[in-house]
Amino acid sequence: MPFVRWLKHHLVVIAGLFTLGYLLLPNVVVTVFSFNKPKGRFNYEWQQFSTEAWRDPCGVADMCGSLSLSLQIAFWATVGATALGTMIAFALVRYRFRARGAVNSLIFLPMAMPEVVMAASLLTLFLNMGAQLGFWTILIAHIMFCLSFVVTAVKARVMSMDPRLEQAAQDLYAGPVQTFLRVTLPIAAPGIAAGALLAFALSFDDFIITNFNAGSTVTFPMFVWGSAQRGTPVQINVIGTAMFLVAVLFVLAGMVVGNRRNRQKA
Amino acid sequence: MTSLADAPPPLAPPAAEKPPRSPKARKRGRLVPYWLLLPGLLWLVVFFALPMIYQASTSVQTGSLEEGFKVTWHFQTYWNALSDYWPQFLRSVLYAGAATLLCLLLGYPLAYLIAFRAGRWRNVVLILVIAPFFTSFLIRTLAWKTILADGGPVVGTLNSLHVLDVTNWLGMTAGDRVLATPLAVVCGLTYNFLPFMILPLYTSLERIDGRLHEAAGDLYAKPFTTFRKVTFPLSMPGVVSGTLLTFIPASGDYVNADLLGSTDTRMVGNVIQTQFLRILDYPTAAALSFILMAAILIMVTLYIRKSGTEDLV
Repeated sequence: MPFVRWLKHHLVVIAGLFTLGYLLLPNVVVTVFSFNKPKGRFNYEWQQFSTEAWRDPCGVADMCGSLSLSLQIAFWATVGATALGTMIAFALVRYRFRARGAVNSLIFLPMAMPEVVMAASLLTLFLNMGAQLGFWTILIAHIMFCLSFVVTAVKARVMSMDPRLEQAAQDLYAGPVQTFLRVTLPIAAPGIAAGALLAFALSFDDFIITNFNAGSTVTFPMFVWGSAQRGTPVQINVIGTAMFLVAVLFVLAGMVVGNRRNRQKA
Repeated sequence: MTSLADAPPPLAPPAAEKPPRSPKARKRGRLVPYWLLLPGLLWLVVFFALPMIYQASTSVQTGSLEEGFKVTWHFQTYWNALSDYWPQFLRSVLYAGAATLLCLLLGYPLAYLIAFRAGRWRNVVLILVIAPFFTSFLIRTLAWKTILADGGPVVGTLNSLHVLDVTNWLGMTAGDRVLATPLAVVCGLTYNFLPFMILPLYTSLERIDGRLHEAAGDLYAKPFTTFRKVTFPLSMPGVVSGTLLTFIPASGDYVNADLLGSTDTRMVGNVIQTQFLRILDYPTAAALSFILMAAILIMVTLYIRKSGTEDLV
C-alpha cells in the first residue's frame, strides 16, 4: 500500500498543515466577508459581492474614533511598558541583590493570573480611590499587564549577551554612558524591539481588562464587542483584514532587511 | 572624537584588576539595581499587588451600592459564591482543560513541523502562526459564528462523519447544531490560545540537537520510539509552559463563552463580569475571583511540582 506508507511518512506534515489551516481559517473568513453586502445588520451570512466597505472604511459611526483611541493607548502603553520593563530586565540579569527572587515572582504573577481577576481587582482599586474611569485608567492597566511580557522578552536577550563585550569597551576607555549607548543597547535592541512589539499587540487587542476599567470610553475591541450585540458592520472585517495584511508585510519587510544585513556581514 | 581627547593617555598599563573605587562610588554602584527596579516595581505594587489587597477586603464586606460597603468579615460570601456558582467553576475547569488538551494535540505537530520539517519555509510558517495575533481576536472569534453556522459546511461535514453523534452523547453538542453549545466554546478557546501552546513548544523543540534523532535511528529505534523516548521528554519544558499559558487564561475567559455559547455554557469569567459590571454586587464578584485565583495557583503549583520543571520561570 504505497498510499498508506506515504500517509505514514507525511503524517506530521499533514497534521501540522491541518492545524495551520485551523489557525488561518477565521482570517480567510474575515477577508471574504469584508467583500460581502449583508442584508440585515449582521454580517454572518454571505449575500453578495461588494467593495463598498473597502471604499468607505470609516463609514460607520464611532468606529474609526475607537480605532485611533486604541492606537494611541497602545502607543503610550508600549512606550511606558518598554521603558520600565527594560530597566527591570537589566537590573535582574546584571546585578545580584537581595530580594531578587521576590522581584522575579512579582514579575511572573501578572502573567500567571487570569485577566478577569486582574481586571476586577484593578477596578476595585479605582472605585475605592474614586478615580475617573477612562483614557488614563486604561493606560495604567495596559502598562501594568504589558510590563511582565516586556521584562521576559528583554531578559532573554540580555542573558545571552556576552558581558565581556562591555568589559572590552571599558578597556578601550569608553565611559559608562558611551558603553551603554554604543555596545549594550545595540546588542539588546532586538529583545527590546520584540518586547515593544508584544506590548503593542497585547495592548491594542486587550478586551477583558479594558472592559472593566474603561468606564464609558470605547476602544476598538470594545466597539467590536458592542457591535456583536447590535449588528456587525462590514467595515469591521475590512479593518481586520487590513491589520492582518499590515502585520504580514511588516514582518516580511523586517526579514528582508535582516537577510540583507546578514549577507553584508558575511 | 571628543571622547578620545578626554580619555587618559593610553600609556598607562592596562589594569588587570579594576582600579579600586572610592567608597562613595561603590555605594552608588550598589544602589544601581534598585534605581533601575524602582519605577517598574512601584507600578506593579500600586496597580497589581495593592488592588489584590483591596479585592481581598472587598470580598469580606457587606452592604449595598447606595449605603456603601463596610468590612464585616462576612466570610459567608465565599460559601454562597461557591454553592451558587459551582457549575460555572466546574465548567471553566472542564472547558479550559479540554481546550488545553486539544491545543496540545493540534499544536504539537505544527510546532514539530516548524522545528524539524519546514526547512526554508520555517519563517513563513512562524509568521502565519503569529500574524493572526494582529487581527483583533474578537473579530476572529466572531468569524467562528460564520464557520460553525447551523447547516453550514462544517456542521454538515461533522454530521455526515457522525462526529456530532459522539459529541451529542458526550453532552458537548445538542442535536444538529454546534453554535451555542459547549463544543463551540471549546473550539473557540482552543483556537484563541493555540499560538500560546505552539510557540513554547517550538522553542523547546528547536533546542533539541538533530543528531540525537540520528543516534536513536542508529540504535534501531523506530520513528515513534524515537519520539516517545527522545523528542517528547526533551520537549517537556515547552509542554509545561504551553499548557500553563493556555489553561490559565482559558479558565478565566468569558469572551468565547459569551460570543459562541449560550446561557448554558457560562463560565466563571462570565459570572464575575456580570456581578461586577451589571449587578454591581462587588463582594460576590471579589470572592469569586479570589476563589478562581486560589484554585489556579494551587493547580499550577501542583502541576509544576509534578512535572519536575520548577526552573521554568
